[in-house]
Amino acid sequence: MSNKVATREAYGKALLELGRKNPSVVALDADLSGSTKTKVFGKEFPERFFNVGIAEQNLMGIAAGLSLGGKIPFASTFAVFATGRAWEQIRQSICYPGLNVKIVASHAGITVGEDGGSHQSVEDISLMRTIPGMTVIVPADGVETAKAIMAMGEYAGPTYIRVGRAKTELIYDDSYDFRVGKANVLKKGTDATIIACGIMVPEALKAAGELLADGISAGVINMATIKPLDSNAVIDAAKVSGAIVTAEEHSIIGGLGSSVAEIISEFCPVPLVRVGVKDIFGTSGKPDDLMERYGLTAQAIKKAVKEAVAKKPRKV
Amino acid sequence: MALAVDDTKGLVRTACTIRMDIVEMLNKAGSGHTGGSLSAADIVTALYFHKMRHRPSDPKWFERDRFILCKGHAAPVLYAALARSGYFPVDELKTLRQFGSRLQGHPDSKKLPGVEISTGSLGQGLSVACGLALSAKMDEKRWRVYALLGDGELQEGQVWEAAMAAAHYGLDNLTAIIDNNGLQIDGACSEVMCVDSISDKFASFGWDTISIDGHNMEEIIDALDRAEAHKGRPTAIVARTIKGKGCSLFEGKVEYHGTPPSDKELEVALKEIKENF
Ligand SMILES: Cc1ncc(C[n+]2csc(CCOP(=O)(O)OP(=O)(O)O)c2C)c(N)n1
Ligand SMILES: [Mg+2]
Repeated sequence: MSNKVATREAYGKALLELGRKNPSVVALDADLSGSTKTKVFGKEFPERFFNVGIAEQNLMGIAAGLSLGGKIPFASTFAVFATGRAWEQIRQSICYPGLNVKIVASHAGITVGEDGGSHQSVEDISLMRTIPGMTVIVPADGVETAKAIMAMGEYAGPTYIRVGRAKTELIYDDSYDFRVGKANVLKKGTDATIIACGIMVPEALKAAGELLADGISAGVINMATIKPLDSNAVIDAAKVSGAIVTAEEHSIIGGLGSSVAEIISEFCPVPLVRVGVKDIFGTSGKPDDLMERYGLTAQAIKKAVKEAVAKKPRKV
Repeated sequence: MALAVDDTKGLVRTACTIRMDIVEMLNKAGSGHTGGSLSAADIVTALYFHKMRHRPSDPKWFERDRFILCKGHAAPVLYAALARSGYFPVDELKTLRQFGSRLQGHPDSKKLPGVEISTGSLGQGLSVACGLALSAKMDEKRWRVYALLGDGELQEGQVWEAAMAAAHYGLDNLTAIIDNNGLQIDGACSEVMCVDSISDKFASFGWDTISIDGHNMEEIIDALDRAEAHKGRPTAIVARTIKGKGCSLFEGKVEYHGTPPSDKELEVALKEIKENF
């Protein structure tokens, strides 16, 4: 399937569909509705759409109030502003009182591209994951994004959903059954397991395919829900394959790699190699060139798998 | 709706009871915010015992008016009003700030019925109030939203983001009340970071404004009624108050922002408050 769709596009369409089904759904944006795609919803439901201006803290507070009034607010802006500028508003006014606010942040990660490091959030998963009670979802493609958004109609509680700017490969079709908190095992492997999220999932699949030629059996898990993490899936993978590689378009500090490390080091220690942004800021460039530059490719994952396998204790 | 003289007197007495509750619970807790709880006592009394439509026996009654204590550190005044209204036993006030208590150091809406939203981080409440007022407008509901802010709190930028939005959306079902006691933690607001011309500031953001003596029950009630009558714009009531109002030991003293009354001070305070009863 060479069909490409940006997850933000899928968000815009799914939000509109959910809005048609559920009159309680409202959308908010902070002057980026064309980019985050909430504009699609706003066009059909102007009376249920609030552009609060360039005021991300207020964006989160108003969303909290709308939720208290019985609405299901979806608040969107770029990931760096949503989770950085308004972190404490999300903590105090949304998560601490446990309100049903959905934060869908776009332009996450380095595939933002040309706008450069100021706009490329490599810390958002980490920032959101640390708040008690927050659910964190990183969809792998357009299909999964749509399914996750539709699932939000029935899923109560504060939730962060991370979507991207760039068009990326579709790995799922409509038959896919998304569940919050459930890992999706795409491929089983006996030598190592790649646990990936977001746009690194297609790269992981590519890597696993190529590794077979080198005689390495690598499994692939799409860990779309970073929190609550499907720990059982992580432990099973560690037990069965004995080595783990994580892959994310995010800093290796605090995101998926850290989440997985926390689980395996406590419950089933096996060699682990994390693929991700190595504690540095992003920079301007074309998304594909940046993925190359920051080591977020199938090639980098292949190398990491070989490293992890080499670290496994030798069988006697 | 003008109030009969007897009713006003009754409210003044209720405010005395609330003040006694405040100093007693703070003394028992051994920590907490005295000054800002006492300065807001008359305003909060007017809201809970006269102005607001609410049902203490049914805290989630959907048609109720909503109150948001943006200056969450003044939790004792809210707790006293909730208890005296019948949301929970007055006796529970004694548990303020203790392990296992529903009366957290700052209001926690997950724990205590009657608390609309958890607060404590200054500057965030008015945004939440805007969202609530917006949802009422969408559903053509009659209920109103009241937000009580500190004057020092106005130094938070988010307050002005919310002020801009409230006017933009024409939230005439929202009333903000500013407890203008002139003090914050490190000193007078005018010295720390000047917040003067509060009315002008809100007016320039598109609000109707009313300035009152925040310890005069008739003025408070009149302002709340006028705010409800104003259509098309939100109203800010700038209430001139005295921090620590009710006991000479605390009045206008910045040190009593976050210091509870000692046993001796409690005695004096109760005596002085009773004199106004
Ligand atoms: C965001 C935030 N910063 C700092 C504090 C600490 N703090 C608690 S009360 C206070 C002073 C508040 O002054 P004011 O708003 O005038 O309240 P009042 O005088 O009515 O007590 C401060 C700085 C806080 N609670 N929240
Ligand atoms: Mg003050």
